Amino acid sequence: MSTAEALKAKFPEDELVFSEFRDNHRVAVPAAKLMPILSMLKSECGFDMLAELTAVDYLEYEGATDRFGVVYVLLNNTSGERLILKTFVNDPNPSLPSVYSLWKSADWLEREVYDMFGITFAGHPDLRRILMPDEFTAFPLRKDYPLKGRGERHNFPIVTRADS
Amino acid sequence: MTTWIEGRFEENVITTSLEQAMNWARQSSIWPMTFGLACCAIEMMAAGASRYDMDRFGAGAFRATPRQADLMIVAGTVTYKMASRVRRLYEQMPDPKYVIAMGACTVGGGPYFKYGYHVVKGVDLVVPVDVYVPGCPPRPEALLEGLMRIQDKIKAKKITRGQEVMPVPHHTGRVGLPLSLSLAELV
Repeated sequence: MSTAEALKAKFPEDELVFSEFRDNHRVAVPAAKLMPILSMLKSECGFDMLAELTAVDYLEYEGATDRFGVVYVLLNNTSGERLILKTFVNDPNPSLPSVYSLWKSADWLEREVYDMFGITFAGHPDLRRILMPDEFTAFPLRKDYPLKGRGERHNFPIVTRADS
Repeated sequence: MTTWIEGRFEENVITTSLEQAMNWARQSSIWPMTFGLACCAIEMMAAGASRYDMDRFGAGAFRATPRQADLMIVAGTVTYKMASRVRRLYEQMPDPKYVIAMGACTVGGGPYFKYGYHVVKGVDLVVPVDVYVPGCPPRPEALLEGLMRIQDKIKAKKITRGQEVMPVPHHTGRVGLPLSLSLAELV
């Protein structure tokens, strides 16, 4: 039984959107069913590795209905099968359950998504910023983050030997 | 032409001023800190290795701690997260200390000078910089040139109060015009 059939047998078919491009098998799932689906994929379909976890900001994207898409790339190390699973969250306060309990690799991946997009993961053991300094307040990969950042060189004072 | 003191002593007895001796000792044993942040560090390593051999200038002893280092070569992109660490390392170095900003990123932000949320637009916004070495990344020769500029700066140091006058760099390769020639005659 293929992964898609196993999913369809266990969860209502109209909630899952399957698609395929070349060798990529993708499925979009509702955020409320994320945890049961992922734990079923791990325990019954043998996806023992979370290869990638990232997010997409669909702000002002043509035809998009949700703000953020969160992408999980799962890998079955026995069969080599990969599955790209996608779910959507929205403002305000986008949040998802943490999958740290299923795959330990989710630790830093979820911290990165939190750092760059501000999506919180409930149940994560240590949800801090991972790339940006702790005093940074914004989420830089959001589409509404200003492109210019903190400006160019002339906006900052230069440190000289005398005042250091 | 001899001055009054020359030629009066036995062999191996030399005279010098204290200032000159101290500056000579300092400039001949600049210990840099092992500190690479990005691709410029590769060129810095090349400058330290046998082909370019920074040890010729007494600057080959890369120290793994700021407390033993005189020179901080900031080689590579400085991000905001790294900036506080760079500042701390600078403050941990004993005086007198010198800083070389190596590469376009540390000179003025490099390719990130305009946009970007993560890169400090030049390391001189964090620590005082003595010598800027441009390039992306600079060749080892350029870093050696920057090192020699640091040596010039040390040479100009005074023990007593007084204006420090930077000496004219004697190893730039710049050739002065003979006094008899004017520029108009050359072109």
